[in-house]
Amino acid sequence: MTSQPLPPGRAKNGSKKSIRSGWQMYLFLLPAVVYIVIFAYVPMAGVQIAFKEYDFTKGIWGSEWVGLDNFRRFFESYPFWTIIRNTLLLSLYSLVISFPLPILFALLLNSFIGQKFKKIVQSVSYMPHFISTVVIVGMLVQIFNPRTGAFGSLYTFFTGNVMPDAFANPDLFPHLYVWSGIWQGIGWSSIIYIAALSSVDEHLHEAAQIDGASRLQRVRHIDFPSILPTATIMLILAVGNLMDIGFEKVFLMQNDLNLSSSEVISTYVYKVGLTIGAGDFSFATAIGLFNSVINFVLLIIVNFAARRMGNASLW
Amino acid sequence: MGTARAKRTSKAEPGAKKVKFSTHPASDKVYYVFSGIILTSILIAVAYPLIYVLSASFSSGTAVSSGQVLLWPVDISLEGYQAVFKNKDILRSYGNTFLYTILGTFINVTVVMTCAYALSRPGLRGRNFFMILFTFTMFFSGGLIPFYMLMRNLHLIDTMWAMVLPGALSVYNMIIARTFIQSSIPGELVEATSMDGCSDIRFFFSFVLPLSKAVIAVITLFSAVGHWNAYFNALMYLNDRSLYPLQVILREILIMNQVDVSMIMDPELQQANVQAAAVLKYALIVVATLPILCVYPFIQKYFVKGVMIGSLKG
Repeated sequence: MTSQPLPPGRAKNGSKKSIRSGWQMYLFLLPAVVYIVIFAYVPMAGVQIAFKEYDFTKGIWGSEWVGLDNFRRFFESYPFWTIIRNTLLLSLYSLVISFPLPILFALLLNSFIGQKFKKIVQSVSYMPHFISTVVIVGMLVQIFNPRTGAFGSLYTFFTGNVMPDAFANPDLFPHLYVWSGIWQGIGWSSIIYIAALSSVDEHLHEAAQIDGASRLQRVRHIDFPSILPTATIMLILAVGNLMDIGFEKVFLMQNDLNLSSSEVISTYVYKVGLTIGAGDFSFATAIGLFNSVINFVLLIIVNFAARRMGNASLW
Repeated sequence: MGTARAKRTSKAEPGAKKVKFSTHPASDKVYYVFSGIILTSILIAVAYPLIYVLSASFSSGTAVSSGQVLLWPVDISLEGYQAVFKNKDILRSYGNTFLYTILGTFINVTVVMTCAYALSRPGLRGRNFFMILFTFTMFFSGGLIPFYMLMRNLHLIDTMWAMVLPGALSVYNMIIARTFIQSSIPGELVEATSMDGCSDIRFFFSFVLPLSKAVIAVITLFSAVGHWNAYFNALMYLNDRSLYPLQVILREILIMNQVDVSMIMDPELQQANVQAAAVLKYALIVVATLPILCVYPFIQKYFVKGVMIGSLKG
């Protein structure tokens, strides 16, 4: 540490400094606190309009209380079950595929021989993570274009027919959504497991090898248990966000033809709340609140369950 | 620290380097062949769309729109790129995105680092209270509509601040930075320098910032990529076309298929405007993604580190 030359007379009054250090530290804290209060807690207070009939002229605080009317309206509304089904289907499908695959990928990659090859696979697999959602969906649209896209060309090449439009088919929507997500995320999600695997004690491997354990057995009995705590935490977080289907990608992939399987809670909130002609703030807020409460409850349940089973937990 | 450990172990990985393949037991050979096949398939599956887009962008419009491009460029030409750089919407939005990315990243890093520094000090009064104040927002938020109303009340709709202020403080990044500062800057240094009369403000600039280069690099990277790729905020809070970032224009062209062919000035290109539109899209994908992929090799060593710092303590 190259210490700064300081004026000699100031070295003694350390006690005075420690008092002064108080307000200076709060000065550092100030921007973040102001920010979080305005941009996180003020909107949280705004959630109350879910229980009110929002009136533009009276504002958030002046509007009339209506109790749970907005929620009841949502539960009884025509698209309710479709939206819930779509949201659950997409998120469960994502979870079932995108939780275990990065783990398998990390285990495979870690146990493989040939450092150069491993490096290349790793670097290439991280790349799609940095591509924007708009570009990912744009690429999907282009590549699945029946006439000009790669898959369209391949389809025509092998079958001689023109491929049906994948984006017009509601049944294909979940597959497109989930597998493009895997394509984008498998490398990036595996980083945390690869990191955990790199800290496995190598003596364990040596000892197991002497005892005649095969590579597969060592992956199963040494590598796999060592990433289990990390995997548990990732699972808790994933389940906690189960109902939280990212708005952007679904919205971008949506069109009138696949709407029956692509309308989820977040896109519906946007539609009833902010599109022209709708603008029902109270109703949309109620739906959003319903969603966050379920997420919050799920998170607590899974965390509790993980703790009971003796594994890692968030708190 | 994490990467160093990773390197050491992977080098010493038993059976990885020291032993020749032929000396592995037979069962292990089967394992390696199988995993090699799987890993190669994954590599191809991830790389193919990337290579395809790149190849299509360098092909001629005729070749792309008649589906001749399968892997390598066919009938190499730059017409797609010419069309991209003649499009005024694309150029202006590209400039906007640059501005939002630089300004937004600067704000993010400043707020995150100052906050992380303050909360890294164990003796700070009310530290737990502030930590709860921040972490609670990770699990619960007001949601879309209340946030929209806030933006409207603050008169941020249709200003560039709508693109840089939401998400200025990432609590996750702040916790990463705080953990980093706590573990890399010893308490004795704080004590020793404060005895020497070094104020907290000066300590921040002459010790915390220089010693936190790695974590600053990670946070800068994450926020810059986030801002470059940001689409949601523009959809919500911008109606003014002249403020649109690149991603909104990308959506119009790539997904909603609105290519204004009149903007392709070249008469020859205009004649074949359908083909031009097809190849323009691929060129546009490359142009929009290139800046990120250019910095990618330089920052690669940092982001593995970043994820690891984050995983030390959530």
